[in-house]
Amino acid sequence: MAELTMVQALNLAMREAMAEDPNVLVMGEDVGKDGGVFRVTDGLQEEFGPDRCIDTPLAEAAIAGTAIGLTFRGFKPLIEFQFDGFSFQAFHHVEGHVRRFRNRTRGRYTCPMVIRMPYGGGIRALEHHSEAPEATYAHLAGLKVVLPSGPRNARALLRSAILSPDPVVFFEPKALYRAFREEVPDEPETLPIGKGQVARAGKDVTLISYAATLRATLDAAEELADEHDIDAEVLDLLSVSPIDEDLINESVRKTGRVVVVHEAPRHCGVGAEVVARIVEKSLLYLEAPIRRVTGYDTIIPFFANEKTWLPDAGKVVQATVETVNF
Amino acid sequence: MPREAIELTNKLENLSILDQDGNVDEALEPKIADADLRKLYNVMLKTRRLDERCLMMQRQGRIGTYGPCKGQEATPLGFAYAMQAEDWFVPSYRELSAYVWRGWPLGKYLVWWGGNEYGSAVPEGVNDLPICVPIASQCQYAMGIAWASKLRQDDTVCVCFVGDGGTSQGDFHEAMNFATVYNVPLVMVVQNNHWAISLPRSKQTASPTFAQKAIAYGMDAMVIDGNDILSCVTAARESIKKARDGQGPQLIEATTYRIMMHTTADDPKKYRSEEEVAPWLKKDPLIRFETYLRNKKLLDDKIQKLMEEEIKKEIDEAIVFYENYKHDPYEFFEHMYQEMTPELAAQLAELKAYREGPAPEVSASNGNPQVSHA
Repeated sequence: MAELTMVQALNLAMREAMAEDPNVLVMGEDVGKDGGVFRVTDGLQEEFGPDRCIDTPLAEAAIAGTAIGLTFRGFKPLIEFQFDGFSFQAFHHVEGHVRRFRNRTRGRYTCPMVIRMPYGGGIRALEHHSEAPEATYAHLAGLKVVLPSGPRNARALLRSAILSPDPVVFFEPKALYRAFREEVPDEPETLPIGKGQVARAGKDVTLISYAATLRATLDAAEELADEHDIDAEVLDLLSVSPIDEDLINESVRKTGRVVVVHEAPRHCGVGAEVVARIVEKSLLYLEAPIRRVTGYDTIIPFFANEKTWLPDAGKVVQATVETVNF
Repeated sequence: MPREAIELTNKLENLSILDQDGNVDEALEPKIADADLRKLYNVMLKTRRLDERCLMMQRQGRIGTYGPCKGQEATPLGFAYAMQAEDWFVPSYRELSAYVWRGWPLGKYLVWWGGNEYGSAVPEGVNDLPICVPIASQCQYAMGIAWASKLRQDDTVCVCFVGDGGTSQGDFHEAMNFATVYNVPLVMVVQNNHWAISLPRSKQTASPTFAQKAIAYGMDAMVIDGNDILSCVTAARESIKKARDGQGPQLIEATTYRIMMHTTADDPKKYRSEEEVAPWLKKDPLIRFETYLRNKKLLDDKIQKLMEEEIKKEIDEAIVFYENYKHDPYEFFEHMYQEMTPELAAQLAELKAYREGPAPEVSASNGNPQVSHA
């Protein structure tokens, strides 16, 4: 067991995979010599050489597009987009080919790869560096979309993503990269993609979140317990495609009250999908309208105002109290 | 502190061997075995006839929208001929002659235009990619395939096709840039057919040639008469050999012409004149190849008639295969992931129930299926 940050845990998962399988490649801008702008790939080029941890020219579409060709030849590329906002430069390859080749060729060609990118706001970065596009990717059938919330599950989920026969979009909440350390076991472990977890057991209300806002949600749950005598259950989705519908409905049927929390904008966000799954399966168990605490339907502001925009524990507490008192 | 011209180190050449009247430049004439010449002609003719039948079938409503390749048979064929079986072929969508040469069942091609994914389920053991719809995006995965050849040191080459319109896309340029940076065995073939739907070549680029774009990336390039099978074979042999020998990626611009519409969904009369098309009809690759073979006594009326009969029979059989192809109405659920997700399984059950009535329920007591009468 070692106490690792999420950056170190992700690095460990890639290091393990590269050591085990010579077909695993790490590709991206500044991932080699520089170790990535967040140092997630630090030391991989030194250990595995420039043909395994590859500094590419500055072209996201070419990184994704060439990775497709590499998968046809049995390689497993772990591609990195330097920031979430730049993933759109390669979107036509992810949408147009990565997710489609299996279906297009009836399984003759598949594109198992991991598309990693730092995700979300909260680090006072420039425009295009703080986006939360998980719903955009979750809408694309053929992809799996994963968002870890801590060092241990990040390492396990990245390993699962690398082992997956399907392409996985892997969002790394940059606000959590170095936010805290966690015990990570020495032996590699995996987590099933598509399964969430109960992050805090409770009986009065279900708070559903993932990624960086899970931390705000857990903080809110403590405050709700301490100051409002509300015992909140907190779910960590970990994956938004597939989404753990059973976990959600099981909890909702117990509590009858729901608040969904994510930093992506509300309109057509993952929260809307969560609400739909609850309404379809558990409508008659609901005691109150469902609330969504999310980013607003605007562009995330430049960083001077980003804290105002992002969900925080206070917003979650307020929405939850109103839900419970409905 | 001089101001002087910078020497560009890469070569840009022009090549033409067999002119439209069938005259051959004997100094440049490639050595091709007689049997191969006949086979090349056979495939070119078969491609032409299949293409004509497809157009007719579209008009009859028997396939969907069709994109004809008439007049563009020589270039893909020349490259397919020069490739090894294990080399990788990455097409755009007017490279039917290469598919035919590389042994794709003709029926599969019809199924693709008939709207079923089976048409792009590449046959096992064939290192080809299916037709690519988003223009020039194929250049990027072709680059990845070629990169893999280098990383695996397996001696295979990747030949990628793109059109004149495709050269305006970023993907084309990014792929060429990556290809030279990593020095991979990629041969990029630009089929300049002068039209991208309604946009003429003159509005596609201000460059005198498409080929010279390669120079910017540090790549050798050649412009060839893409309607001349001998130029195509020569350029293909040379560029593929260079790529295989580690001399880096190559670009070939093949000059040709889109005789027909872009697809059956547009009418070229709206955007180009008959006068422009007329001279290109005389540059038809099939006619000059026929003249060349007749001059060499490799083709006569008797052989030609026999070929036409065999081709017609093969195409008839392909059409029968296509029209009897059994569509599985649920297959689109099957290939989204290696294992179907619970959500998709539920949606599949929903669709089946809609189409076929409720699914038989399995009794918990004895495991026998029971038909629900609810």
